[in-house]
Amino acid sequence: MSFEPKIIAFLCNWCSYAGADLAGVSRSKCSPNVMSIRLMCSGGLEPAFVLKAFKEGADGVLVCGCNLGDCHYVDGNYKTLMRMTLLKKLVKQLGIEEERVRLQWVCASCAEDFVQAVNTITNDVKALGPYTQIKIEAEAETSRI
Amino acid sequence: MAKLKLALYWAASCGGCEIAQLMIGDKILKLIEAADIVFWPVAIDAKYDDVEAMPAKSIDVCLFNGAIRNSEQEHMAKMLREKSKILIAYGACACRGGIPGLGNLHDRQSIFNTVYRDTVSTEKNGNIFPQTLFRVSEGDLTLPVFYDTVSTLNQVVDVEYYIPGCPPEEKTTWLALEALLEGKLPPKGTVISHNVKAVCDECSRKRDIKKIKKIYRNFEIIPDAETCLLELGLLCTGVATRGGCGALCPQVNMPCTGCYGPVEGVIDQGAHFLSAIASVIDSKDEEEIRTIINDVLDPVGTCYRYSLPDSLVRRASLK
Repeated sequence: MSFEPKIIAFLCNWCSYAGADLAGVSRSKCSPNVMSIRLMCSGGLEPAFVLKAFKEGADGVLVCGCNLGDCHYVDGNYKTLMRMTLLKKLVKQLGIEEERVRLQWVCASCAEDFVQAVNTITNDVKALGPYTQIKIEAEAETSRI
Repeated sequence: MAKLKLALYWAASCGGCEIAQLMIGDKILKLIEAADIVFWPVAIDAKYDDVEAMPAKSIDVCLFNGAIRNSEQEHMAKMLREKSKILIAYGACACRGGIPGLGNLHDRQSIFNTVYRDTVSTEKNGNIFPQTLFRVSEGDLTLPVFYDTVSTLNQVVDVEYYIPGCPPEEKTTWLALEALLEGKLPPKGTVISHNVKAVCDECSRKRDIKKIKKIYRNFEIIPDAETCLLELGLLCTGVATRGGCGALCPQVNMPCTGCYGPVEGVIDQGAHFLSAIASVIDSKDEEEIRTIINDVLDPVGTCYRYSLPDSLVRRASLK
């Protein structure tokens, strides 16, 4: 069986979730690997949520917010941009490939952008394979002195 | 009342915690009035066998410092857990992995290669390397097995209390010892420290609106005595770090590095600090934002300096 990645998408309430919804009602074809979590604003996304997603078994994380300048809360998505830029650097250092974390602006009428983002990250992560965490517990049982 | 039995042990640590324990000064006389020290490799002559011979739960309190990175340390952690009624993770390494925890960015093999092979100053005496077992006619010589991953104490055994700090401040140590001596024990799992939310709450520097255009490394600027270090562009982790230390570092122009661990309620100190750094950048231009962030040269070392093994991701992926 081919590898079907689990991808968590964090969508902001005002633009991205509406955009994803539009993709649904327009019956756009889109890979089914994404599980979405709605936030009021992408600026409310704690970087820890992304790391937690990986810890809980996600293979990739997609973060969507309003286009820059269109944030319902004026500048929430600038915070998203800054955090995600730094977070990408951090995950790379931790050996998690950059392609597993994707930031995409999706406006309320941009169903196509959402579909494209979902397909891109799904294909990228499929090519990378599953994100495997090291089973540290097993090591703790190795031989004693 | 019978005297308390106290044990102290060090695992993957630098020895600074022992100094910190002695920093309580003449209060140590009060301590030994009420407690007998039964095991303390750095100061008294009791051997592992002596501990092994003790009945289970015969030690009242064990202060354990250092992370777990080899089989000897794991063995001692399990043994001291069995023999102690109360096991306390003392210092940043035992609590959250500490500086040795940054070894989780590497693995056993790459650390071995750096230490025994690749450094220019290492003499390669016919490729003679330490082995975990070496047989000689007199018997077997053994060395502990080195692990790929550094663990915190509570990832290996159950822990009652935590005393944070690298090393813990004298007043934090005494706060815990006093509670023990008076028998006023907090609920299990408590991080024993003065009840200060974040390092910033004790810091005397003036805080205004945090907006930075450039991130500096410590040697690049000389901060003035009054302004908040983060506002000056230095990566001071005070905002994401538990208080109780008295904010000593920022007072001498040294940004906080986060040794007291995350503030109460936060699981992942590094992600919390990362979020804070990113939020103070003053720019609305994508390119500029990228340039500013590129000055954070070592995000893991900056955000998780003392807490990588305790973080959500715990270690870098192995190649």
